[in-house]
Amino acid sequence: MNAPAKPIVSVDHLRVEFPTRGGTVIGVEDVSFTIAPGETLCVVGESGSGKSVTSLSLMRLVEFGGGQITEGALTFARADGSTLNVATASPEVMQGVRGNEIGMIFQEPMTALNPVFTIERQLTDGLILHKGLSQQAASARALELLKLVRIPEPERRLKQYPHELSGGMRQRVVIAMAMTCEPKLLIADEPTTALDVTIQAEILALINRLKREKGMAVLFITHDMAVVAQMADRVVVMYQGRIVETGTVTDIFENPQQDYTRALLAAVPKLGEMKGKTAPERMRLIGDEAARAAAVAPKARKPEVLLDVRHLTTRFPVKGGILRRTVAQVHAVEDVSFTLNVGETLALVGESGCGKSSTGRSILRLIEPTSGEVWIGGRDIRALSHHDLRRARADMQMVFQDPFASLNPYRRLKDQVSEPIQNFGLATGQALKDRVEQLFDRVRLPRAFMTRFPHELSGGQRQRVAIARALAVNPKLIVADEAVSALDVSVQAQVLNLMMELQEDLGLSYLFISHDMAVVERVAHHVGVMYLGRIVEIGPRASVFENPQHPYTRSLLSAVPIADPRKRRFADDLTFKPITSPIFPLGHTPAPSTYTEVAPGHRVLHP
Amino acid sequence: MRRFLTTKGIIGLTLLTIIALIAILGPLILSPDAATAMDMTARRSPPSWKHPLGTDQLGRDLLFRVILGARTSLEIAVSAVLMSIVLGLPLGLISGYFGGRTDNILMRLVDTLLAFPALLLALTISAVLGPNVQNTIIAIGIAFTPFLARIIRGEALRVAQMPYVEAARASGTTDVMIMVRHVLPNILPAVIVQGTISLAFAILAEAGLSFLGLGTQPPAASWGLMIQASRDQLDIAPWTALVPGLAVALTVLALNMVGDVLRDILDPRSK
Repeated sequence: MNAPAKPIVSVDHLRVEFPTRGGTVIGVEDVSFTIAPGETLCVVGESGSGKSVTSLSLMRLVEFGGGQITEGALTFARADGSTLNVATASPEVMQGVRGNEIGMIFQEPMTALNPVFTIERQLTDGLILHKGLSQQAASARALELLKLVRIPEPERRLKQYPHELSGGMRQRVVIAMAMTCEPKLLIADEPTTALDVTIQAEILALINRLKREKGMAVLFITHDMAVVAQMADRVVVMYQGRIVETGTVTDIFENPQQDYTRALLAAVPKLGEMKGKTAPERMRLIGDEAARAAAVAPKARKPEVLLDVRHLTTRFPVKGGILRRTVAQVHAVEDVSFTLNVGETLALVGESGCGKSSTGRSILRLIEPTSGEVWIGGRDIRALSHHDLRRARADMQMVFQDPFASLNPYRRLKDQVSEPIQNFGLATGQALKDRVEQLFDRVRLPRAFMTRFPHELSGGQRQRVAIARALAVNPKLIVADEAVSALDVSVQAQVLNLMMELQEDLGLSYLFISHDMAVVERVAHHVGVMYLGRIVEIGPRASVFENPQHPYTRSLLSAVPIADPRKRRFADDLTFKPITSPIFPLGHTPAPSTYTEVAPGHRVLHP
Repeated sequence: MRRFLTTKGIIGLTLLTIIALIAILGPLILSPDAATAMDMTARRSPPSWKHPLGTDQLGRDLLFRVILGARTSLEIAVSAVLMSIVLGLPLGLISGYFGGRTDNILMRLVDTLLAFPALLLALTISAVLGPNVQNTIIAIGIAFTPFLARIIRGEALRVAQMPYVEAARASGTTDVMIMVRHVLPNILPAVIVQGTISLAFAILAEAGLSFLGLGTQPPAASWGLMIQASRDQLDIAPWTALVPGLAVALTVLALNMVGDVLRDILDPRSK
């Protein structure tokens, strides 16, 4: 930034404490930074780093979560030229500042809007309250705001309720709400974390444009280094409630001073860094010598098909009317075919609702497919009886997204890991105990964890338990459904490395379901891009990523933020084509999927 | 056991022990006549040295009646609630876990039972079976089943959607084992809470049945019967209602406290 103006906000030695029954917990300690007008400051850190506590303190909302600002000053330059110490201001003064001079955008656009009020009502409330506008004037301003955030058909949107809008449009409305009173400071707390990449790209571009046009200061809270690289002027890296490092975005990315920052950056997969390589490669983690040594030569295998999916189709009924008859169908998976080789990874990528999870579940018959064949080890899973299916499940296991919900909170970890073994009667007594110990060693968890309960472990540790459980019966195929999406980047990198190591050692095949293109580029041998229930493009990873043919693949790749501040590519405003509905009337027969082969093994769906 | 030693746990457990001892030892120490012996010279006498808790309209000593009534009341309430859990738990669990058609059929059955006021249902059942303690238990037990089944179904429905249930299914666990190992432990807190609340209602339901001549038969004592008998003399002898009322209230309080602590202990997260 040139010629730093008088900062809008300066935070000085902030300390926030949370008094609990077990003693005082320190939320953040000794945090200081400033934000100038027209500047974006990104606060980045992993969960528990205190980044959200910092942003909530600026609004003095931290009190509502049971926290107390015990030290430090939060000086805010008000619109009338006076300064205000947020830490000591009266609740009445803060009410006048919140939403009026400081705007805030929250993570979850679904819950940040009140479902029982129209968009107009939600936008005009703040105007009538803070600016004393008449109903008419407020409505006119609300329309202006919707135009500002470039929502299509703004007049119609005013009269609509939140559930009638898509996730991206809702987040635009949330931003419009934050902009109602033209705040001098906009706080965005993980505003795009819950959104698909294309929508994320749109929202980030929108925030950038508003910042420039209105000269706002932006405090941007995120865990995503790639988003930081695209958005920040300056960066604050936080760890366990303290600031680790502060600097300009290029300094942080190109010349990090602290070990923690370096480790964080090393753990972030960067889209495009696998260019020219054919096989997946483990992440190079600082301090993880084993990974570095093993990353040399992946064993060459003779391709041998393990999983052969043919014309898989899964539809869900949409019930309606008083008789709850089926009135329409969701075509969740539509004529999907692919093969997966022994010891390889096929990644299914796409945005929410594209059918990638349904495909994985249909293959395991956790949901019943409507038609198609799923061949694994010479058997058609679709044709198996209930009893045989249970037996067949020893060959195919699943790792779920949420490590908090996929383990039973009431059972000890050793019981959860041994359950699959007992289900198939593979071992009992001492042999069972040995096997479970082995599995804990295998996923690098201390054996002492065996008698613990899930809540005693961190997210990454729980995901290791989930992997151990999946490995327990020596499966050939593991369906990993967003298995690393809920983890912090450094933990994500470790779990990814573990999965790749297990693949090399045990010859596992992964069906890797993910929305994260950068992670997929790192781990996959083959990639299938899904859109509206169909695979629109499938082929070897290098071919699909370096030579994308289908327009959807291209827009998906162009939307992914890259963790390199010199590769910013957000245009002023982006609008990607919204995904159309996969709901069709009963009896609708869609055309079969037909493909053109553009390169060896690289097929693209006919439009 | 160490985790029982919270203030709540100690008070609740002590209270409950005392009440249980009274209910068990009372009939062994006192002669059954103590509850029915009438002192016509001291009808409706307020608490005094001779009658520490006063007497009722027939001059019967309330202290003896409350002690000897404890067993009847608690026996009926505890057995009836246990019975409703034994019936309601599998019903709710199966309904909530399998959902769909099974759920529809079972829940319409439960709804039919729910449509009748619980007391009316108990009344009908005990009228058909005949008035005695065992039949009172059956009547109240059946009448309370739909409430438990409904609550358990709701919980089972929630737990059945959890990823750990899907994970168990994916790793080849049978439906029965999933219900026993995964669903049951996770719905137990709700069962404990609803169970302790039901106990208070069961004591009162027994009173209602007794009042209508179908529960405990006079002159035998039960807390519910005593509360009913005090109904028309609240203005002149309020202690006749207060004594059994306090007995019910203290029992429920103790049960709730113990239930709360028990729920916390069962939850590994509260360690």
